[in-house]
Amino acid sequence: MTALLVLIPAALFLGLLGLGGFLWALRSGQFEDLDGAAERILHDD
Amino acid sequence: MAEIAPEADIPADAPIDVGAYIRTDRAGIASLNLAVENLHCGGCVRRIEDALAAKDAVTSARVNLTTRRLALQWRADQARAGELLGAVSALGYRLVPFDPELLRDGAAHEDQVLLRAMAVAGFAAANVMLLSVAVWAGEASGDMGPALRDLLHWISALVALPAVAYAGRPFFRSAWGALRLGVMNMDLPISLAVLLAAATSLHETINHGQHTYFDASVGLLFFLLIGRYLDRRARSKARSAAEQLLLLGAVAARVVGADGQVRALPIGAVNAGMTVRVAPGDRVPVDGCVSFGQGAVDASLISGESEPRSVKIGDWVHAGIMNLSHPLEVKVAAAGDDTLLAEIVRLTAAAEQGKAAYVRLADRAARIYAPAVHLLALAGFLGWWGLGGLDWQPALLIAVAVLIITCPCALGLAVPVVQVVASGLAMRQGILVKAGDGFERLAEVDTLVFDKTGTLTHGRPELVNGADIAAPVLARAASLAAGSRHPLCQALVRAAGPVVARSEAYEHPGMGMALGALRLGNRVWCGVDAASPGDGNSELWFHQPGQAKVRLAFRDQLKADAAAVIEKLQNAGWRIEIVSGDRPEVVAPLARQLKISQWRADCRPDEKVAHLRNLAQSGRKVAMIGDGVNDAPALAAAYASLSPARAADVAQAAADFVFQGEDLAPVAMALILARRVRRLILQNFSLALAYNVLAVPLALAGLVTPLFAAIAMSSSSLLVTLNALRLNGRGAQ
Repeated sequence: MTALLVLIPAALFLGLLGLGGFLWALRSGQFEDLDGAAERILHDD
Repeated sequence: MAEIAPEADIPADAPIDVGAYIRTDRAGIASLNLAVENLHCGGCVRRIEDALAAKDAVTSARVNLTTRRLALQWRADQARAGELLGAVSALGYRLVPFDPELLRDGAAHEDQVLLRAMAVAGFAAANVMLLSVAVWAGEASGDMGPALRDLLHWISALVALPAVAYAGRPFFRSAWGALRLGVMNMDLPISLAVLLAAATSLHETINHGQHTYFDASVGLLFFLLIGRYLDRRARSKARSAAEQLLLLGAVAARVVGADGQVRALPIGAVNAGMTVRVAPGDRVPVDGCVSFGQGAVDASLISGESEPRSVKIGDWVHAGIMNLSHPLEVKVAAAGDDTLLAEIVRLTAAAEQGKAAYVRLADRAARIYAPAVHLLALAGFLGWWGLGGLDWQPALLIAVAVLIITCPCALGLAVPVVQVVASGLAMRQGILVKAGDGFERLAEVDTLVFDKTGTLTHGRPELVNGADIAAPVLARAASLAAGSRHPLCQALVRAAGPVVARSEAYEHPGMGMALGALRLGNRVWCGVDAASPGDGNSELWFHQPGQAKVRLAFRDQLKADAAAVIEKLQNAGWRIEIVSGDRPEVVAPLARQLKISQWRADCRPDEKVAHLRNLAQSGRKVAMIGDGVNDAPALAAAYASLSPARAADVAQAAADFVFQGEDLAPVAMALILARRVRRLILQNFSLALAYNVLAVPLALAGLVTPLFAAIAMSSSSLLVTLNALRLNGRGAQ
């Protein structure tokens, strides 16, 4: 059962990493112009 | 009469007075926010950004396609705002500066709070559920010791408690607000269930208990936050209509000074008695009297009628009217808040407030549901504690189980999911849903009131006797017409197909075009007897020396499917009326043609609103279908509203639904879809109720374990979501 002492923190850490990533994206305005982002990828410059 | 030479006018790229909107920081970087008109696609975004990036002074230019706004930053010492904006105006985009502080960004902030809460709840729900599965598996196999179970409970508590404290805030705040006002809302049982479940679970964990509800409390929050977020996004899509109307108001007026000099003044500095100059293509910034010049104006913003009006000295013009042909000077009678446009803004804002009084189905359900839930949980607690002889802790656990089981997970998700699926479906058929509760209101509608111009008709004149005129004659007339902005001339050019414009053609304001001896214009201009009878159509005459004068008749044509759609709607039981600002002799034949017996003509915006109020007072639920700024108050005052997409931006913002295309069919489609949406919402309520009828007795009997609660909660949410998705299946046809 000692494996749990490593695995549970590891699972929580990875989850927190994902959460942090999402919150960062939210804060830096990645979701502010979804329509524009979809169109911008078609521009080749 | 003297004509103002075009050169005397300020050039089109003259600096707009945007000084008040520029913010300059300490590093010398100026920033400015602008709303962009005519922005349609990614191509537009690119053209604007490229044009600005080509300027050395610009440090950042970013167009947001979703909000249609441009955020511009440049080094203040290297360029003036006017030069930069001129480059964009030259591409054909109209820019309107705005103050981001004034536009309420509170809504966007609220969205972010919900999204963050949802992310945290999602993270906690997934991890706590993982731990709970381990506990349930250990219990089932019987080989988990109490120490390990306690450890897992403690870790669950460690994750769940902060998550509940953070992600539950939107519910706690709303519940507290309701409590202070002495009313009950759905957030009260939610908050109670989540908080009690977390607290008793912590108590159980400390006392080495067997059952904890950490997974249920964060899972509940997660599901509810999804529903809440979807709901909120649907609602906030509709930007405030009044806000957009104000953006339409002119930013700067060109005031003619006593010395004849023209200066650009901010609209706030213009007073009655001043004289302002209005260039062709500009909107009149004030209400007032024409003091110099004559020409055609487009008053559709105010009257809704697309046919141009000719104005001369002494005629009255309103703010928002577009000058079509020649420079005008206007003696200011009212500016700013005293103009008719500002009055329409106030009417719209007042009407929108009335609409906010609508109580949504989900909230109406909550009014009955919330007290019932509380009473049941209380009965469970008192029953087991007092009569059942249990200690207070297990009795409280049973009450918590009742709260969790009855919690409106399905209810909270049922309506938003149906709403989102329906909006997606409508979007694919060219209908944009702007109001979150639009479908619910539209489903209850029994009377449809149509505006005429631009709604039943195309909203622009079309040549009706083109077949009777020889093609070369038509082409010659069109080559003259190509030099004019007058809508009749433009209709002639559209009808004639590609023509070469004769740039030497001269436009005489209020009369017509001339090229040598060729003349195109009104009766007087072409020497036709002004007293001879017309047939109700708008007309142009074409005069060629030595040949018979040709009459070109124009009419605003009905949309192709208007008759079919109206008949279909009448047969389906909707009562239909026409309310138009146009003349009776135009409205009457059209109503006859569409077999609509109820019609009104010559209605001003406030009369339309009054008529809608009367209908509402006689117990009718009215949907208004109209376009144009003049309809904005009526759209906002109606029980539900639809607006065609070619309409001015404002009418779109005031309407619950905006449909695209030249057809009327989307109106019927939206009405039918709305009824199906309502049926599905009611079905989902029934499903949620049925599930409660099954589960509540079990919870009251103390048979609901955390495992059972988790399964029941997820399955009911899944069930209502799947039911909502059925809309897609049949709706696709």
